[in-house]
Amino acid sequence: MHEQSTFLSRLQRRPEAWLLAVILLAGLALSLASPTFLTLPNIVDLLESYAVQAIMALGLFVVLVSGGIDISFAATASVAQYVAAAMAAYAGLPPLVCIGAGLLIGVALGLLNAALIHYVRITSIIATIATMSVYFSFLMYVTGGRSIYNLPDWWTDRITFYETETTSGDLVRITLPIVALLVAALLTWLLMTRSKVGRQLYAMGGNPEAARRIGINIAGMQFFAYGFLGFMSAAAGLLQAHRVGESVPNALYGNELAVLSAAVLGGASLTGGIGTVPGVLLGIVLLAMLQNGLNLLGVSSYFFQIVIGLVILISTSITVLSARQRRRRRPIGEALNV
Amino acid sequence: MSEPLLGDGPAAGHGLGSLTARLQGGLPMSEIGLPVLLLALVLGFALFVPQFATLGTFQSFMYQIAMLGLLSLAMVVPLISGGLNLAIIATANQSALLMAWLMKALLPASAGGPTLLLVILAALVAGLLLCLLIGFLTGALIAYTGVHPILVTLGTKSLIDGISIYLTRGTVISGIPDIFAATGNATLLGMPVVFLIFILAAVVLGIVLQGTPFGLKVAMIGSNIEATRYSAIDTRRTLVGVYVTSSVLCFVASIVMLAAFNSASAGYAQSYLLVTILAAVLGGVDPFGGFGKVAGLMVALAILQVISSGFNQLGLSNYLTVAIWGLILIAVVAAQTIHQSGWLVRRLRFRAAPSPASKP
Repeated sequence: MHEQSTFLSRLQRRPEAWLLAVILLAGLALSLASPTFLTLPNIVDLLESYAVQAIMALGLFVVLVSGGIDISFAATASVAQYVAAAMAAYAGLPPLVCIGAGLLIGVALGLLNAALIHYVRITSIIATIATMSVYFSFLMYVTGGRSIYNLPDWWTDRITFYETETTSGDLVRITLPIVALLVAALLTWLLMTRSKVGRQLYAMGGNPEAARRIGINIAGMQFFAYGFLGFMSAAAGLLQAHRVGESVPNALYGNELAVLSAAVLGGASLTGGIGTVPGVLLGIVLLAMLQNGLNLLGVSSYFFQIVIGLVILISTSITVLSARQRRRRRPIGEALNV
Repeated sequence: MSEPLLGDGPAAGHGLGSLTARLQGGLPMSEIGLPVLLLALVLGFALFVPQFATLGTFQSFMYQIAMLGLLSLAMVVPLISGGLNLAIIATANQSALLMAWLMKALLPASAGGPTLLLVILAALVAGLLLCLLIGFLTGALIAYTGVHPILVTLGTKSLIDGISIYLTRGTVISGIPDIFAATGNATLLGMPVVFLIFILAAVVLGIVLQGTPFGLKVAMIGSNIEATRYSAIDTRRTLVGVYVTSSVLCFVASIVMLAAFNSASAGYAQSYLLVTILAAVLGGVDPFGGFGKVAGLMVALAILQVISSGFNQLGLSNYLTVAIWGLILIAVVAAQTIHQSGWLVRRLRFRAAPSPASKP
């Protein structure tokens, strides 16, 4: 019993550890069951198709660490993507202007969320549900739901950084989405572990009142966290249009809960102050692997949602139950330990 | 001060003084401001939209408000307890699917009156049992693991939706007995039956929340679960009760949905999920839990539906309606905050200085 509790508390310290174990286990099982699973082309394919969601999850992770939550990021990404696409396709503006405008819009919408949360004091989940409705509905209203298909070549041309042929003759390409994901992950990791801002965000998420009293600029931190998520969402939105070669206003909408699941699976806590970049990436990897693996095994894709539901329920229960061993001194955590 | 997701609200952070005040007065803006807003909207639309002030508008208003209203009631109970139920739409859809499937499978082609009624009754009982089971499991998970309700219900939503989609392959089940849809769309004393069901559910829930020990316990848990537990209240059992109540309301909603759509699917009404939270918060339900009245929710729902009906008659897009809903929520919460903070300043001055014990 004692041994078990120390084991569990070690798991609680590093949620990534058991997530990695689950991933390795699932990977082993899937590669035994399906020979195509553990091949380089399949893995690179997976990476590319989940890059957009992963970049959003990294942004959301920063907000989660700061003790907030954001539901509006997919709407933000859609707006940023569509405006940039309209500028490029209809006005023929140069790439830098379009990309810059898209990213700026993302940051601006994120800052607007932060202003509502900090100055108007609306709870983050309520504020972002409201702004999600506003951003997305206005986008659909103004555009009439029309897609932009004639994106310029500079946007949709596939950019390959490295290319190689496997012995089996498959072409493996390291493309822009993969590189963007790596850059985003590195940036977020550096920010959260190697910068003053990152440490302050963790402190604020852990205990906002204590953070305020030691002189952390709470307003600044809020604006930074939501602005950062806005930036990452916009980048993900631009990247998504690059992948599919068109801008569909409601293509990203509806991804919110999947991205949130990934971040939470990776150990980011909804009460703030906890979470790591590797954890978030592992969360995405687990979801991607399960979906892809089940596909390869010929299991109906309809089954996938059931698996996600079970994974969320089981992993969060284990995390919280093990956390009970060493109650954290925080009001919310205590209140929830019924 | 920043606001963590489930932390104490701005007012709760200021200690007992503001708490008692809120118990006495509730949120002032939602008590007086919302009915005024509703009245202004109705008058405005009646003046500027020619066909607005007619019986037809009012009847379609009553038809449309029932489904969103019942789902919002299902969201309000967990919200008052300090939680959230993201699985309400999934639960209602699955219950509707089960009932539709049972009616289709059990009903012989040439079923007479008694058989028909028996089958419908059996389907209703099965739907109710399913919702009770879902509510019980959700509540037990939340109460006994202590996992945040957002996460638990995110998981159960995915699970329930997944099972529904897996079993139906994403298809729609239609072929409900005519009498079922006909009863649902009938009117009684000029009011649609679905609207009467909604009003009945709202009144019952209002009595349960305001006038029973269970209702008080739910509000107490929403205010401070630890203090409630130390008051010798079985918080776990109450939490299970919260999610069972929420699921039973989903069952009632599923009957209305089945009658309204004349079919069932895993994909119906998904866009209502966040709107129910919006309606509840607009109606003065504290997103941190502890406070909220069914009456406030009813006014908020009426406001949302009046905007929707009015815009509809003006020929404006549904998307614009949703955008306006979002803006109204932001405006109302902002007004409440400003109102409250001004009030708090006076209160604190009256108390001279807050005692150290009331500091967070």
